[in-house]
Amino acid sequence: MAKSNLANIDWISILVYFLLVVFGWVNIYSASFSEASSSYFDLNQPYGKQALWIGLSMIFIIIILATESKFFERFSSIIYIVSLVSLLGLFVFGKTISGATSWYVFGGISIQPSEFAKAATALALAKYISDLQTNIKRLNHQAKAFLILALPALLIMGQPDAGSALVYASFVFTMYREGIAGIYLFLGFLAVSVFVLTLLLGSGTVIFSSSIIAIAIYFLTKNKKKLISKLVFYTIGISLFSFSVNYVFNHVFKQHHRDRFNIVLGKEVDAKGIGYNTDQSEIAIGSGGWFGKGWTEGTQTKGGFVPEQHTDYIFSTVGEEWGFIGSLFVIILFTILIIRALFIAERQKSQFNRVYCYSVASILFVHFFVNIGMVIGIVPTVGIPLPFFSYGGSGLWGFTMLVFIMVKLDSDRMTSNF
Amino acid sequence: MRKLLLLIIILLTAIGFTARLFYLQIYDTSYENLSRNNAVKILYDYPQRGYLFDRNNKLLVANQPSYDVMAIPREIKAFDTLEFCKILNTTKEKLVKKLNKARFYSRQLPSVIVPQLTKSEYAYLQEKMWKYEGFYIQKRSLRDYKTKTAANVLGFIGEVNNRIIKKQPYYRSGDLIGKQGIESAYEKELRGIKGVKYIQKDRLNREMGSYKNGKLDTLPVRGKDLHLTIDIELQEYGKKLMQNKRGGIVALEPSTGEILALITAPSYDPDLLVGRKRSVNYTKMYYDTIQKPLYDRGLLAEYPPGSPFKTINALIALEEGVISPEDRFSCHHGYTYGSRGRKMGCHSHPSPVNLTKGIAVSCNSYFAQVYRKIIEKYEPPQKGLDNWRKHLESFGFGNFLGYDLPPGRPGRIPSAAYYDKVYPAKNWRATTTLSNAIGQGEVVSTPIQLANMTAAIANRGFYYTPHMIKKIDNATISNPKFTTKNKTTISPIHFEKVIEGMEQVFTKGTASFLQVPGISICGKTGTAENFTKIDGIRTQLTDHSIFIAFAPKDNPKIALAIFVENGYWGARYAGRISSLMIEKYIKKEITLKRMEDWVLSHSLEEEYTKPYSGKPFKINQ
Repeated sequence: MAKSNLANIDWISILVYFLLVVFGWVNIYSASFSEASSSYFDLNQPYGKQALWIGLSMIFIIIILATESKFFERFSSIIYIVSLVSLLGLFVFGKTISGATSWYVFGGISIQPSEFAKAATALALAKYISDLQTNIKRLNHQAKAFLILALPALLIMGQPDAGSALVYASFVFTMYREGIAGIYLFLGFLAVSVFVLTLLLGSGTVIFSSSIIAIAIYFLTKNKKKLISKLVFYTIGISLFSFSVNYVFNHVFKQHHRDRFNIVLGKEVDAKGIGYNTDQSEIAIGSGGWFGKGWTEGTQTKGGFVPEQHTDYIFSTVGEEWGFIGSLFVIILFTILIIRALFIAERQKSQFNRVYCYSVASILFVHFFVNIGMVIGIVPTVGIPLPFFSYGGSGLWGFTMLVFIMVKLDSDRMTSNF
Repeated sequence: MRKLLLLIIILLTAIGFTARLFYLQIYDTSYENLSRNNAVKILYDYPQRGYLFDRNNKLLVANQPSYDVMAIPREIKAFDTLEFCKILNTTKEKLVKKLNKARFYSRQLPSVIVPQLTKSEYAYLQEKMWKYEGFYIQKRSLRDYKTKTAANVLGFIGEVNNRIIKKQPYYRSGDLIGKQGIESAYEKELRGIKGVKYIQKDRLNREMGSYKNGKLDTLPVRGKDLHLTIDIELQEYGKKLMQNKRGGIVALEPSTGEILALITAPSYDPDLLVGRKRSVNYTKMYYDTIQKPLYDRGLLAEYPPGSPFKTINALIALEEGVISPEDRFSCHHGYTYGSRGRKMGCHSHPSPVNLTKGIAVSCNSYFAQVYRKIIEKYEPPQKGLDNWRKHLESFGFGNFLGYDLPPGRPGRIPSAAYYDKVYPAKNWRATTTLSNAIGQGEVVSTPIQLANMTAAIANRGFYYTPHMIKKIDNATISNPKFTTKNKTTISPIHFEKVIEGMEQVFTKGTASFLQVPGISICGKTGTAENFTKIDGIRTQLTDHSIFIAFAPKDNPKIALAIFVENGYWGARYAGRISSLMIEKYIKKEITLKRMEDWVLSHSLEEEYTKPYSGKPFKINQ
């Protein structure tokens, strides 16, 4: 057993982590405080609860840092299975909150297992890929790896929580890093786009526009050898996929399933018409100017114009109250953290560590990209939280574990290869 | 490549987000207003507009509360239109039209739907207001006139139009602004500063309390009270004298340039332009092109000044040294000049006459010869004329005087260039322009210019720019524009002989029947020919009756100029009115009862209908 080496701990990641968590809480306070309550730690208010979650996550951090790093590799399969069981159990014991059966409720505390499943899946994938008998370039091994990802993703999709399921697409980056062909990346990207666009715009529009794009590509490309058959293949593929998404959605699903998807996709929350959330969020951010209106001074935030502002839309508070400078600060912090995770991944000697750390970077990136992209109106509305910022204990703990397992593995990188 | 792909995507994402944020937060400023509009409600608290007083502290204009029904189109919910229209005494079509107009102006900003409710409408509506979401009542203050005269001086207030809103962001749709007269000239002082209250709203449009704890809120600042220079009793008396006549009276205090009275006839009751009936009445008066009640004749009408102009020609001749006061010129019912024996006519009086006599009997022949001497002093006549013009300009002729009321006309004193244009051969001579000698021909001036000239003569060589403002919030004005002496080009010593002549106008001249017991008045009659076009034919109308006067002779208290359109000779109407005005102002009572009765009982309405009768008519009867 190697002793934990605190000197090797990556303080940059930890510093950025704490900056994000603290700044996140500051914004949750502003988005949810009311003049009536004076205490910063009023447990009846979201900001008070979040303070408690932050406190509890310190315990997670200590436990993780105190755990031997081999534990995560050895027990990764068990952790993964426990995680799958907890997701399965939701279908029996789960509690439905705003349309999705994603929660266990113990007393006053709700736990969302999908937030923890990300770390578990990352560990399991790392374990499988780093296995000496695994060659990720082989098709049957690729299929197994995809299975590891698909199981939790499908279970989460069944809750239904399409947003959280979408995050599993981020592992494509990890797989690509580890050697699968680039075409998977392309297909993955295509599948996600077609899936989201079909639900948002309908398969007719998707098929029509993909045909137009195919025709355009045909006329714009000089080397037309085999091109036509490729384009026809892709267009038919997209059409079939889009149709099947559409068919399953409209005919297999019941109305309440559809409603849940629509809620997650932001179609039903649109109380005042298409794009209300995004409009309000853009108004709030846009009104921030260079330096923002000041903490707790945001008019849009105070007036509660942006729905879900302390959870998914928390970044609009940053934009309104801290302005361009504050928003840029958050973007830079996330960019540093994600790039730091990439850097850490690349310096690992063990493949397990590398795959895990790379997955951390990928997961954080997808959350960052989809959430902020949605809040500033350049990505369709998909409800996933902004790591460390959005209100919610499970989310905070999930991401804390994700990051600190990485920090722990990294601190032992010199001794962990065998 | 495999190692770099995610890194590149992350960096591109960060750059893309930054660019998008820059666009939203910095580049596109419309979001700032959007935010204000849906989260912060702005309430205005309109201050009282400043009061207007006359020079003797008499209240002329006060305020009365008024209530506008405003609407914010975005917030309007379905409501009982029928009941609403019934309460507001309007029709559904009108209401819909107003609402559409409001929507077109702005969906977020309030617009006036029904302006200026009566008190009973307001009382009734206030109780029902909760039913009409998106509508509210805005209190404003309207003018409450304590006088029926001086509408031309006071002006009026009305709703700002979109052009003003665009130019001056202080104003919001529905705000009131001074439109004419003092209201317009002293808008900034009178309006005060409106108070602003910012109220934070939530997404359901409920008010949550004041925005930023009221840090940005401001209290209204009351408008400043103004004391005007006019004497409202004199003004009212002048208006009474001018009944059934057209023309203008301008009375000044020579020692200060303060305007004591500025009367235009016909005029209107200022109350006509208050409240909801304003626009109807205004339109009616605007299209009255015969009586022109909105036309301020005292400031705008350009008449030939006629014989009063002789006084100033006399002064110029003395200053230029081309005559001495004792020089006599003969007059044989006129003055014959030029190779073809043209004649400028004159009435019968003893001949020859010197300067004082020339003024007293208003001898055309005398002034024709004086004028020739002025122009012919220099060679060529161009130089002589421009020299003459220079003197006139020092009295404020030929240009805007610079008084503090908005409308004005420059009048005209012809220059050498003017005649060169009319006579391209430039072969014109003093005699060509001889009408200028007696204030006819190319010379035109406004009544206020003529009054100003009279004041300058009364002061023996200087004047203060005429003005209406006396005190602002009880502080006497110190505007150098109105407190600086304007010196004329005539030396003070030359005035005495001319003033003597003007005194003789009353003692032995053309206005001897106009004397006011106990007051030594100096004046000058004037009778100006005038023409109009009837069906395209230049037609002469009855002469304008003109009079200038100041009194008393020493330490003058009042100087005035009076024009009565088509009133025939100068003493007939204008002279009588001027004596009555002077007596009224100096003695505060009228002893010349018979003269007053004559003026009040004589009407010129018949004279004014002549050109429109379509039949040939006689003039100067």
